[in-house]
Amino acid sequence: MRVVHGLTWLLGCQLVGETLAHVTGAPVPGAVLGMVVLLAVLLVRRSDDTSAHAAADAMLPHLQLLFIVPGVGVVAYGSVIAADWLPIVVALVASWVLGLAAVGLSAQALTRWTDRRGARGSAA
Amino acid sequence: MRWFVEQPLTWLVATLLAYRLGVWLLDRTRLSVAQPVLVAVVLLGAALLVLDVDIATYAEGTAVLTFLLGPATVALAVPLHRQLHRLRGFALPMMVALVLGVLVSVGSAILLVQLLGGSEELARTMAPKATTTPVSLALSAEIGGIPALSAVLTITAGILGAVAGPWVLDRLRVREPRSRGVALGGVSHGIGTARALAEDPVEGAFSGLSMGLTALLTSLLIPLVVALLL
Repeated sequence: MRVVHGLTWLLGCQLVGETLAHVTGAPVPGAVLGMVVLLAVLLVRRSDDTSAHAAADAMLPHLQLLFIVPGVGVVAYGSVIAADWLPIVVALVASWVLGLAAVGLSAQALTRWTDRRGARGSAA
Repeated sequence: MRWFVEQPLTWLVATLLAYRLGVWLLDRTRLSVAQPVLVAVVLLGAALLVLDVDIATYAEGTAVLTFLLGPATVALAVPLHRQLHRLRGFALPMMVALVLGVLVSVGSAILLVQLLGGSEELARTMAPKATTTPVSLALSAEIGGIPALSAVLTITAGILGAVAGPWVLDRLRVREPRSRGVALGGVSHGIGTARALAEDPVEGAFSGLSMGLTALLTSLLIPLVVALLL
C-alpha cells in the first residue's frame, strides 16, 4: 500500500511538472520539472510520510530496466549508422569522453580549490 | 508461432527476462561491460531481427515500461533530498563544470563530425546527444538535425556511460563522488544515472541532479554554439 501511495506522489508531481512545462513552454521535460517539484515538497513539508521514499527505493534500483526499450530502438537504425559509421561512432565516443573529462576534472579541481580557500578563510 | 511473436505480452515478458538475465550475468561475472541494459538490448535486438518482428510491435508490448520512465525520473528527487546537505560548497563548482561540459559536449560533437567527413546535418544531429532523450529530440528539431537519429545517438551515449563511465573516471583520477556523479549525469543522462546509483548513493544523487541541469543549460547554450561553429 505504501508503494501505491508513493506512486501517487510521483505521478502527481509529474503531472504538476508536465503542466508547468506546458504552460511556461520551458525547454525541460515535465518529468524533470516533476523531480524539482517533489524535491520542493520533501523540503517544505513537515510530516513523517515516507511513501514517496518507498516508491523511489522500489523503482530506482531497476532504472536500467526502463532504458531497455529505448535501447532496442537503436537496433532499428542499424542501417543508417552503418552507412555513415566512421563520423558517427568515432565522433560520438570521442565527444562523450571529452565531455565526461571536462565535467569530472573541472568539478573535482574546483571543489578542491574552494575547499582550500574555505579552510584558509576560517583559519584567518 | 507468428501469433506468439506478434502479440505484445510476449515482448514485455521477454524484456523482463532479458533484464533478469543481464542482472544475473553482472552478478556472476562482475564485468562492468555486462550492464543489464546492454545485455538485454543486444539479446532483444537480435531476437527482433531473427524473428523479423517490427519495432512497433515491440514498442506496443513494452509501453508500460516506457510509461514508468516518467515517475522514475521524478523519483530521483528522493536520493537527491537525502544527499542535499552535500551541495553546500559544491553548487558553484558544479555549475561552472556543467557549463564547461555543455560547451565541450556540443562543440566537440560538431567539430569531430565535420573533421571526420560527416555532413552538416549529422553535426546538428549529434550536437544535443548529452541531454536526456526528450530534450535531445526537441533540440535536434530546433537546430535542424534529424530528431529520431539524435534519440539513437543519445541512448548510445547513455549506454556508453553505464558501461564505461566509471572506468574512464577512474583512469582520469576523478575520485570525489559528487564530481563523478555530476560527470556521469552530464554526459550520459538517465542511463548514466542508473549506473551511478548502483555505484554509490552520493554519485547517484548528483548524477540525477546533473541530468536535469544539463538539459536546462544545453537548451540555453546550444543555439549559441551552433551559430558559432556552423
